[in-house]
Amino acid sequence: MKYTNPIALTLTLTVYGLCAMRVAPAFAQQEINITEYLDATGFPKPIPVNISGFTGEADTVLKNDLLFMGMANVGPDQAKYLITGSNADRVEGRVIEKINKHSLLAKAYTGGKLRAQVHALADDIAQVITGKPGIAQTKVAFKVETGRPASTGGRVSEVYIADYDGHNPIAVTQDNSTVAAPCWAGRDALYYGSYKGRGIQVYFHRLTTGERRAVTRFPGSNMSPAVSPDGRKLAMILSKSGSPDLYVSDLDGSNLKQLTATREAESSPCWSPDSRSICYVSRDRGPASLYVVAAAGGTPRRLATSGVPNATEPDWSPDGKWIIFTAMFRDFQLCLVPATGGTAMTIVAGEDPSWAPNSRAVIFCRGPDHAKSLSLLDVPTKQVKTIARFSESNSQPSWAK
Amino acid sequence: MKLNTSVGWLMVAALLSFGVAGCRKGPQRVTNIHGLKPGEIPEQPSKPIEPGTTKPITVDTAPPAVTLPDETKSGIPLSGADRSNWPADTEIFAAQTVYFDFDKSVVKASEMSKVEDVANRMKSMPGKALRIEGHCDERGTEEYNRALGERRALAVREALVRLGVAADLIDTISYGEDRPADPGHDDAAWAKNRRGVFVLLSPPGGGN
Repeated sequence: MKYTNPIALTLTLTVYGLCAMRVAPAFAQQEINITEYLDATGFPKPIPVNISGFTGEADTVLKNDLLFMGMANVGPDQAKYLITGSNADRVEGRVIEKINKHSLLAKAYTGGKLRAQVHALADDIAQVITGKPGIAQTKVAFKVETGRPASTGGRVSEVYIADYDGHNPIAVTQDNSTVAAPCWAGRDALYYGSYKGRGIQVYFHRLTTGERRAVTRFPGSNMSPAVSPDGRKLAMILSKSGSPDLYVSDLDGSNLKQLTATREAESSPCWSPDSRSICYVSRDRGPASLYVVAAAGGTPRRLATSGVPNATEPDWSPDGKWIIFTAMFRDFQLCLVPATGGTAMTIVAGEDPSWAPNSRAVIFCRGPDHAKSLSLLDVPTKQVKTIARFSESNSQPSWAK
Repeated sequence: MKLNTSVGWLMVAALLSFGVAGCRKGPQRVTNIHGLKPGEIPEQPSKPIEPGTTKPITVDTAPPAVTLPDETKSGIPLSGADRSNWPADTEIFAAQTVYFDFDKSVVKASEMSKVEDVANRMKSMPGKALRIEGHCDERGTEEYNRALGERRALAVREALVRLGVAADLIDTISYGEDRPADPGHDDAAWAKNRRGVFVLLSPPGGGN
């Protein structure tokens, strides 16, 4: 199943240039079709680069970083850009546009660890080649099952954060309880569900200070927090009215407003990039499907995901174009649908996707229950890199935007 | 029992109203119980009324007066009471664990006798409260399952309320797929994991 972006199809750039080889007229018209740079779904195609001079871990990290920022490492003949450098004492990198030999970047990186230096170089490369801010220095949060039995029964799970590629994991919670669905509030704070107190409540946790407070104190299950991209509102699923419904509140839980009132369960809210709409899952009219409702309240609209049943866990791309979600078939599949709804396409096996800030990479998890691992996906090329599993099970990743 | 004239007329009026209402749910349920949708009332065996054999409805043959709390469109709101420090007995109702069909949150007719058992025993234990824990098998996604588990717990709670247990005495929680009863990955394990578990809560300090 393929998407054709009408803009990509109709945009052709006509270039007039000297073309001595052609027969008259001397000024031949050469058409360059912009679709060359966009794939069938409208994503930018990977930009061919050639990476040389790096060794060992630095080489691996750099290639991985550039893959998830829309660059493909190819031979020097096919490359548009030459990336050279070294990592002897410190990481150094240069970017040269191959055709006209323009130098776009020449930098050396000191301080921090090798991986941090390489990530910094990768982000600089992404900026000069793709024109978009890099994601190599971003963080992810996720749920880690430790395998230890919890005092209340079941398994212990804690919230962790790590570099986007899974390195340098740090425990955020150490409660010996069960946690659920961490999500970022900016780049230095999280919301998540925890069973450490009365039932399951939603907590706010500032990473820089360790400050933590419950933002819900309700009976029933209080779940699935999602912070609006403008950082002003919190969407949650609360069951206090008698069924799991969608609510929105201020960041501290005040000004609570109920957005849905169905007898079936709602789950997994996420925000549109303009913070005006919320996409969520409901079973209101049969099997699980996606709905969109105005954050200020209104009538929910069902979002078509034609061809794919049982849609859950939506995440709205930061550029607003796509919603990625998990379809529950016999197993779980990541699927992509235009944010306006339409025909959905299956990308790869997996669940619980979360977009990177560049609207290209996605982190998700897959594997048998209680032994899941995280993976990174480059959505346009469907390339996947699995992150080594940490402790017993890793799930519910959230990419800091 | 001696009936005076006015009671007799009431009987006639009551019988006429059965005729009008068509006895869809049996005579005891003809009056609209506040807030209930007809399809959600537990089915009562509906006996045809034979002329001349009908006994008038008297208060002592009617079902116990069930005062249902106000329902929202979502259902019966949960009580704000915090019973997190009430000692919990997870064993007493272990045999009454209610099992669900895949991806469903409806209490099956075959499971209703367990709910009735619990309702009857709760009525004999005034002062005690109940927590219903909803669980799922692993075949849903995590937060979907957490919501589904809560919906299951709430469905069991609604059934108990309709059987006369006070709504304010029933708490719910969902563990989604986090706490399977059987760690297996097959149909048999999944069937055991889709469940609603009753936990008896007693007031702290050894109250009644």
